[in-house]
Amino acid sequence: MKGFGKYAIWAYSIMAFVFLLIPIVYTIVFSFNDSRRTNIIWNGFTFENWLTVCEAQGVCQAFGNSLLIGVAATLLATTLGTMIAIALVRYRFRFRSTTTLLIFLPMATPEVVLGAGLAAQFLQAGVPKGIGTVILAHTLFCLSFVVVTVRSRVLGLNPALEEAGRDLYGSPFQVFWRITFPMLLPGIVAAALLSFALSFDDFIITNFNRGADVTFPSYIYTAAARGIPAEANVIASAVFFLAIAIVLVAQLSAAARRRKLAKA
Amino acid sequence: MAFTAFSGPATAAAEPAARRRSPIALFLLLPGIFYLVLFFVTPLISLVITSLQAPDPLIFGQYVNAFNWQNYVTVLETYWPQAIRSGGYAALATLFALLIGFPLAYFIGITLRPYPLIQSLALVLVIAPFFISFLLRTLAWKQIFSTEGPVVGLLSAIGAMPAGSSITGTDFAVVFGLTYNFIPFMVLPIYATLVSLDLRLLEASNDLYGSPATTFRTVTLPLSAAGVMSGTLLTFIPAAGDYINASREFLGSTETTMIGNVIEANFLVLQNFPAAAALSLILMAFILVLVAAYVKRSGTEDLL
Amino acid sequence: MTNNEVPKSGFAEAGADLELVGITKRFPGFTAIEELDLTIPAGSFFALLGPSGCGKTTTLRLIAGLEEPTAGRILIGGKDVTATKAYQRPVNTVFQSYALFPHMTILQNVAFGLKRRGIANADALAHEALQLVELDHVAGRKPTQLSGGQQQRVALARAVVNRPALLLLDEPLGALDLKLRRQMQVELKDIQSEVGLTFLHVTHDQEEAMTMADTVAVMNKGRIEQMGPPQELYELPHTAFVAKFLGQSNLFTGDVVSSSSTSMVVDAAGSKIEVPVARAQRTSGRVTVGVRPEKVTLHDAAPTATSGRNVIGPGRITDVSFSGVSTQYEVTIPHLGAISVFAQNTSISSLHHDGDTVWLSWAVDHAFGLADEAEAEPVSRFHADLDTSMIAVQSRKDLEAELEEA
Repeated sequence: MKGFGKYAIWAYSIMAFVFLLIPIVYTIVFSFNDSRRTNIIWNGFTFENWLTVCEAQGVCQAFGNSLLIGVAATLLATTLGTMIAIALVRYRFRFRSTTTLLIFLPMATPEVVLGAGLAAQFLQAGVPKGIGTVILAHTLFCLSFVVVTVRSRVLGLNPALEEAGRDLYGSPFQVFWRITFPMLLPGIVAAALLSFALSFDDFIITNFNRGADVTFPSYIYTAAARGIPAEANVIASAVFFLAIAIVLVAQLSAAARRRKLAKA
Repeated sequence: MAFTAFSGPATAAAEPAARRRSPIALFLLLPGIFYLVLFFVTPLISLVITSLQAPDPLIFGQYVNAFNWQNYVTVLETYWPQAIRSGGYAALATLFALLIGFPLAYFIGITLRPYPLIQSLALVLVIAPFFISFLLRTLAWKQIFSTEGPVVGLLSAIGAMPAGSSITGTDFAVVFGLTYNFIPFMVLPIYATLVSLDLRLLEASNDLYGSPATTFRTVTLPLSAAGVMSGTLLTFIPAAGDYINASREFLGSTETTMIGNVIEANFLVLQNFPAAAALSLILMAFILVLVAAYVKRSGTEDLL
Repeated sequence: MTNNEVPKSGFAEAGADLELVGITKRFPGFTAIEELDLTIPAGSFFALLGPSGCGKTTTLRLIAGLEEPTAGRILIGGKDVTATKAYQRPVNTVFQSYALFPHMTILQNVAFGLKRRGIANADALAHEALQLVELDHVAGRKPTQLSGGQQQRVALARAVVNRPALLLLDEPLGALDLKLRRQMQVELKDIQSEVGLTFLHVTHDQEEAMTMADTVAVMNKGRIEQMGPPQELYELPHTAFVAKFLGQSNLFTGDVVSSSSTSMVVDAAGSKIEVPVARAQRTSGRVTVGVRPEKVTLHDAAPTATSGRNVIGPGRITDVSFSGVSTQYEVTIPHLGAISVFAQNTSISSLHHDGDTVWLSWAVDHAFGLADEAEAEPVSRFHADLDTSMIAVQSRKDLEAELEEA
């Protein structure tokens, strides 16, 4: 009985992993498709799409816009969010629960509502929609995720370390930059990566606020009606490989460090 | 971990007791709070104002501020099937994501615990879909399910389906897409609670005459409830507001329109801003009531 | 599937015998237990004592059914339970970490096992068990609201309430401070005599094992080295491991130089040590003999040799540590090494000081002979000190010699 249950969970989980990976593999495989006009039917293997990725009209422009938006929104959200996270854990202030609610609510709001709300506001204020408004919108929804991620890191920080820093003649400024910040850095980096990933892949909020500017997801959305060029698969696959490489390197080096520690 | 956002108690217990009052707090808080007020609170107010606007009697296609609460009645009368469909689709997708996600989280968090390296690789596999465009992986399913695709080919070959028929554009395809796209949101918070589950408690239950099934029901499940709650909310909320999976270009058809599609169409295509705003607020109110009820029932007071 | 059901029958009337036959447990990469045979009679309080990694916890987990043996059989009350699962065995465990369910109240925790077996008045019985450990007033609280000692008692109540044929205790007092630990030792003993169950207690604390158990088995490297009543184990250890793990021992290794029907004499680096044959495991060749530190007497002058008493010396006191009731002396005797002596502080002033020259003696009847040879003594700090000063002296001599040559 026990043996059966054990095999069952292995089999079930492997099937679930396969299920999760099917469209990823599909997307990557079709980046090598020798497609003529539409990338739906397999026409044979080619590297052509990878070598001439920017020749498909607008793909690289959209990709560049997405990068720009992602970096800008990440910088803004990470800075603002980290500051809030530190304040939430370390300081007492009035309207604390209101603040917490204010940070929590954007995460509980469907993207379509966030997008429509911002669009309505930009419309009423007469702000022209474009990359700028998309950056503002992305910063908003990344902000809450940054606060939550960094906050757990601040909670795990031993206050005695900062006290030790003050005891050893560190000014508050020095204590922050030499002790607090380096210890929070892994959390901040994780929050920044999460922000970038959320921003880069966002379509719904972007679609309400982009005006005539095109991001990578909105390019795909528009192209979906007439057929996606294989070059879009190339960019998505390249981003995927890069992201997986970053995560794997981080995981493997952490594992190696653990093993080293266990040996020592 | 952002994915435990909805499961408060575990982190709440770790709150340090000594907090200081300081002007630094204001310096740290104000920019972010100002941002949230400017780009979250005022847009909501904008939505409220817009939702009450009336058509401009002089210029066609323009709206003027009013207290036209009938907008809400009109949109509900017009779009109640889409609203109900959204709730139904999202609930089904959440259920399926839980059925697939819980065993997967259990597998990674508990079965793989003796093998830390495989465990972290498995976790990478779960978040891997995040790294490839949401739209492209949904399109991949569309092509797999298309009339020329392998699934229809196989099903018609064994006679389960008439040849030339299509799976895309059906309720099944949309729920399938929603389930697929939000599974990682279900797995990660459940994994986070299971990975810290003390296995000695399971042994204790076993020792106290609890069979594997009883142990799961009385110990494992209650102790991972926070993760299940967080996961269901993180899956249900985006699924209810989603309009990619249900749209015609992706897995849906005109028969599968969800509330998100209606909001998008009214706002960006029909330019009927009051209707889109009213629908948005109805959706948000519905979700907030649900979250509040859920959080209250699970006894989570601290939201973050 | 009858064997898949939890035991629904009532409570065990009394404890049951436990029998392990040829139990072997291998984990990937190492063997935890090798061919272990063990019988624990019903109603006894049995302690399995050993250092960490000796296989005692694995043995306990095998009996509980939390691990499956690689080979061998486990019988409880004469019934083979080797193939049954943990939840089917009439065995309960008090876990080292207590493993109280954090999401349940104390009462729910204690009633858990009863409810799984479908016993009707589970709550009433749970309250009774809580009264036994004097914690009924916290029945409604959650485990995290209790102190360590209270949690320990709840864990005990949660196991005892099921009246298992066999109660397993896995270092249950490990996390408690000394005072609580003493209190719990007494309580455990009381509960055992009150409910008459068979207790199997696993611990690395020799004092705990000796105060509580009727029978102690000393385990080392997956095997039982020696088993018996605590006093017998202490007074007459059979192996060097038992002699050193259970209390302290002074061990001497040498050849048997003469023997009679009642005693033998061992020449340990020139000192003659007599041991009764009845207390020796081996009586010829190279043997290790020993004596407990509290059996040794210090003398300021060489005592006259009397029959029935071993005398060695002279030696020098190299360390004196006062511990209230007694004083521990470390005496270094040339060629023999350091010998520990515990002297009761029956007079007001300590008689001996660091650096004093002394002789040692003990009754021949207190000496014991071991079955195996003591491995080389681990270098104690006293040796190390001697060694470094010796090296310093030696290197200075070398240097002087070199200078003279030049």
